[in-house]
Amino acid sequence: MRVVIAEDGVIVREGVAGMLRRFGHEVVAAVGDAVALREAVAEHRPDVVVTDVRMPPGFSDEGLQAAIEMRKADPKLPVLVLSQYVEQTYAAELIDSEHEAGIGYLLKDRIGEVAEFVDALERVARGRTVVDQEVVRQLLGRRRDPLHRLTAREREVLALMAEGRSNTGIARELVVTEAMVAKHINSLLAKLELPPDSDDHRRVRAVLAYLRG
Amino acid sequence: MQPRNALEALTLRPTELLRSSWPWRSLAYLVSGSLLGAATIAAVVVMLALGTLLAAVIVGVAGYVGCLLSGIVVARVERRRLRLVDHDELLDPHRPPPRAGLRAWVTLRLREEATWRELFYAALAAAMLSWMDLLVLVGVTYTLLISVGAPWTIADEPLSSTLPATVAGLLLGPILIYPVIAWAGARAAMARAMLTPPDEARLRELTRSRARLVDAFEVERRRIERDLHDGAQQRLVALSMQLGMARLEVPADSPGAESLAAAHLLAKQALTDLRELIRGVHPKVLTDRGLAAAVGEVASVAPLPVDLDLRLPGRLPSAVEVTAYFVVSEALTNVAKHAGAERARVEAFLTGDRLIVRIHDDGCGGADPATGSGLMGLADRVAVLDGTVNLSSPAGGPTLLRVEIPVPEAVV
Repeated sequence: MRVVIAEDGVIVREGVAGMLRRFGHEVVAAVGDAVALREAVAEHRPDVVVTDVRMPPGFSDEGLQAAIEMRKADPKLPVLVLSQYVEQTYAAELIDSEHEAGIGYLLKDRIGEVAEFVDALERVARGRTVVDQEVVRQLLGRRRDPLHRLTAREREVLALMAEGRSNTGIARELVVTEAMVAKHINSLLAKLELPPDSDDHRRVRAVLAYLRG
Repeated sequence: MQPRNALEALTLRPTELLRSSWPWRSLAYLVSGSLLGAATIAAVVVMLALGTLLAAVIVGVAGYVGCLLSGIVVARVERRRLRLVDHDELLDPHRPPPRAGLRAWVTLRLREEATWRELFYAALAAAMLSWMDLLVLVGVTYTLLISVGAPWTIADEPLSSTLPATVAGLLLGPILIYPVIAWAGARAAMARAMLTPPDEARLRELTRSRARLVDAFEVERRRIERDLHDGAQQRLVALSMQLGMARLEVPADSPGAESLAAAHLLAKQALTDLRELIRGVHPKVLTDRGLAAAVGEVASVAPLPVDLDLRLPGRLPSAVEVTAYFVVSEALTNVAKHAGAERARVEAFLTGDRLIVRIHDDGCGGADPATGSGLMGLADRVAVLDGTVNLSSPAGGPTLLRVEIPVPEAVV
């Protein structure tokens, strides 16, 4: 994949670039602020963008805003946003932003889980939604009402779904068959009164919207 | 014991008083007073006329605003004049404008209570006090001229009958100085009373400076947060990443793999700890998105379900947001630690110019500020902003913590 990285810390920026190269991806640009990010994306048309939420000049949420704007201009641009902490607000803004392509919101710490991180980036590039498990955990913790009607297994499946895993991924994670996963999903969607949907991208958004309630 | 002002000077022995500068200062005060009154009247008439004539164009408004602000100029001159008959300086009650430029200055002045006090004084001085100055001056001068100038003015009387009047007039002079000084003193006392800000202004200044201190702390916290984020956190993320890469290179059954995995785990735990620490120092989402968003985050990481009912219009002043945030954060920590509650509920809304935050829980109650549960610290924080904290926590519950914080500028 051709990747553009935006991150203000040099150590992390170069680290991520080196890591992606090692996994055979091409880092076409590694920049340190939101303005340069927009320019790099316009110039290189990358397959996926990785950006930090917080960047110069204002050190508030320039990276996130840039991501949302770039998606508005080009809904087919996959973006993975890295955040210092889990902020529901940021995750929500990002997931609710206009898009057809993949979107990801991960804690910055996940960079340390090298294989998982690269896998998540590849999934985003393929058009999936990837949400940090910490976000999901908080959302599940916040909503107690109809969730208690779910079985323990269904809740596990729901958490993995909300993280943006595909049926195959969930099946691998829980060591069950894909048919079994599909059955769980249909059952839990029915319990939460969500529309059954085979497109797991839209499904993830429905689940997240439900959890944010 | 030197007299501090004209009224005290009246208690001096007549010989001392007449040798001192008080009579001349009092005269100067009254002369300048009547001139200032005349100038005020003229200026206001001109500005009103201009305002009315030019009302069609936007410039006209300036004339009216000028009238409203005329008190500032009058009061400034009055404070200078007051030094003639009063040794105690009267301080300028106005605050410096926050930004350069006419607009900022005018906006600030129109908001200040002192401006309106001064306008009232200017109106009273122009309408009445300056006329009284003139009356006293004219009266005294006329009396002196009539008596001392009798031989010239009353030409058809023999000198023998007019000369006593002159003598009487010369003797009367020193006596006539007394009403002049008395009126000057009385008038200065009135001006001082009207132009002195009430005590609460001083108190408010004090509170403001405490609030500034809180702001300074807040700036410092943000700086620390930035430094931790840009420094330690960056390095730890990079370290954790390098360890992760190393683990990919090292075969899983080799001797080093286990230590490497342990090191990787430690790095990740250190990152988690640091993240929590930074959040405690200064929640970034509060700066970026405001109170409602930050409270939402606190509620979502609380170990018990928290219902939110936040009706806040946009952003509030940062000192208010920070304080309210820490109130909620501390209160929910308390609930989780002590109350054994099933649920908590946080409400926040504005009524008029006050922010109300209420935190309920259905726990066991019996919360006591005296037991150092952080409630006193909350009360202190809120008190700096002139707010209040009320707690109702009967044994057996439920507990309600109600916080009111004034919001200085109406946020619409």
